[in-house]
Amino acid sequence: MEAKTLFDKIWDSHVVKEVEGGPSVLYIDQHLIHEVTSPVAFLGLEKRGAKVLRPEKTVATPDHNVPTINQHLSIKDEMSRNQVEMLKRNCQTHGIVCHGLGSEGHGVVHIIGPEMGITQPGMTIVCGDSHTSTHGAFGAIAFGIGTSEVEMVLASQCIMQPKPKKMLISVNGNLNKGVTAKDIALYVIAQISTSGGTGYFVEFAGTAIESLSMEGRMTLCNMSIECGARGGMIAPDQTTFDYVKGRQFAPKGEDWDKALAYWKTLKSDVGVSYDTVYTYDAADIEPMITFGTNPGMGIGITHNIPNSNKLSGSDKLTYEKSLKYMGYSEGDQMVGKQIDYVFVGSCTNGRIEDFRNFAAFVKGKQKAANVTAWIVPGSRAVEKQIIAEGLVEILEAAGFELRQPGCSACLAMNDDKIPEGKYSVSTSNRNFEGRQGPGARTLLASPLTAAAAAIMGRITDPRDFLD
Amino acid sequence: MAYDKFTTLTSQAVPLPIENIDTDQIIPARFLKAVERKGFGDNLFRDWRYDKSNLPIADFPLNQSKYSGKILVGGKNFGSGSSREHAAWAIYDYGFRVVVSSFFADIFQGNALNNGILPVVVSPEFLEKIFAAIEADQNTLFEVDLQKQKFTICITGESTGFNINPYKKHCMTHGLDDIDYLLSMKEEIAAFEKK
Ligand code: SF4
Repeated sequence: MEAKTLFDKIWDSHVVKEVEGGPSVLYIDQHLIHEVTSPVAFLGLEKRGAKVLRPEKTVATPDHNVPTINQHLSIKDEMSRNQVEMLKRNCQTHGIVCHGLGSEGHGVVHIIGPEMGITQPGMTIVCGDSHTSTHGAFGAIAFGIGTSEVEMVLASQCIMQPKPKKMLISVNGNLNKGVTAKDIALYVIAQISTSGGTGYFVEFAGTAIESLSMEGRMTLCNMSIECGARGGMIAPDQTTFDYVKGRQFAPKGEDWDKALAYWKTLKSDVGVSYDTVYTYDAADIEPMITFGTNPGMGIGITHNIPNSNKLSGSDKLTYEKSLKYMGYSEGDQMVGKQIDYVFVGSCTNGRIEDFRNFAAFVKGKQKAANVTAWIVPGSRAVEKQIIAEGLVEILEAAGFELRQPGCSACLAMNDDKIPEGKYSVSTSNRNFEGRQGPGARTLLASPLTAAAAAIMGRITDPRDFLD
Repeated sequence: MAYDKFTTLTSQAVPLPIENIDTDQIIPARFLKAVERKGFGDNLFRDWRYDKSNLPIADFPLNQSKYSGKILVGGKNFGSGSSREHAAWAIYDYGFRVVVSSFFADIFQGNALNNGILPVVVSPEFLEKIFAAIEADQNTLFEVDLQKQKFTICITGESTGFNINPYKKHCMTHGLDDIDYLLSMKEEIAAFEKK
């Protein structure tokens, strides 16, 4: 039998048809929708007089637009409110389950899927949001789609996709103290650039990856698209099975045994080849921080901003434009730079482990007076757990306040906008110009590095505080 | 969403010689709140086009009357970032039908094709030539021939081929979209589900 990668195994078993000279028609097991990229898709569907083919395979939640305080009140911004209400109405009309604002199941779409056990190994999962790649952590093929494609999946439970090339990124060895999955992600993107993965689907492997918790794996797969890849995935193992077992929508009893037997076959065959392979040593990775305006512009926190000597032409201009936006200069040291805001949350770092890390760091310390911090759980379930584990008390004693779940300052579609010119150390995934509000300056980092910045009021190596 | 058929186009071009133009610049997130597909062209490149008081920023190419046309020419890695199809809608709604670059982000390329915009990938050298041609004369014309998959700088006659998947080419030339195709596959999909 031909040796196959994990990706091939799942992809090939979902192809309904190969279109001549065209893409494959791929069957989708799970569709996730939210309020921003779905309304036009429903409108299109209605115009065609088509119905949702498999409403039971779609799950909805409003996350991008929602406020993170006073969620019991009606949303003030009229357009945001309209989108959220439209989602609810469309779901009612078409028989789709919607975890509305304030309900137990509410949260960022990529956080609630895994939490409820909807996300399972071997699945194909899509959502009109690029960070759908998060679900690849379970050994699923998961990727973001556009609104036309959302309409396709609603109408046919299928999508037209050319098969991407395959990339293996292998990270081996033990992670250094203070280094998290987020740092691995920023390190890899800095190595291969924001376009290095374009046209590929990435499989992460190696001992450092296997040692990650499910939360860490989700962070890594979430960021995989920032190198341009369609998505990232990790072969399921005991860590995965233990996480899924017992969750609301996980298979039970005999179904579980059957599913588990199948899931155990989901790994790349020995000797299989990839189109591109990168191998890294975990020991080379230190806590990372970005200094520019794309996620590939990251460095180890003790390093200085690289100079542009080696660049020329438009590369150099782009680099200079980016530093100018950030208000930084070539050769600057990152440690010690003053910051104004800290955002902990998003589908990248809005899970319980992230808040545990943050709380463990700030415990017994005090938030710096010059810092405004937004601590935003990724979902109601995460919020509840933060409370149940007593982390709120730790946060509050240190001067932090817990907000309510949503995408928040990750893309600043709600009121959580970083003011112009201000510096924000953010655990989210994008540092594009204006991403966190017009003129906002974003520094991407792990929850641990964000905690150190929040306490000191400037960029600080979190390892200085760890023993 | 139906769009106009595409066969050939001869037009001037608007240059944006910036790399990594991401979807947050093409259409900032705060404009994604609409529930209809209307009026996105007004906010195309909003924060590069207008200052805080909503006054046009004079040196941004879209604000310079000397540049016009249905072809947008961008630096490499055009369209990186989010999956928001609003980026493609904004470009189409503004009036562009072709975007030329030496490299496109994946999702954007797919979204463009699904919305009647032809992404044309040329070599970095050819891209420089296009920028140089516009710089020399902003009225210079370019021809895009989808049938022949050829992009030509009219004045010099220099041309280059470009790739497009045959299925997508068929869709573009006929103004069809994937959903029409998928809706015609109901039985095959049902059969697959039974497996
Ligand atoms: S948290 Fe950010 S990246 Fe994640 S779904 Fe929300 S907006 Fe998208």
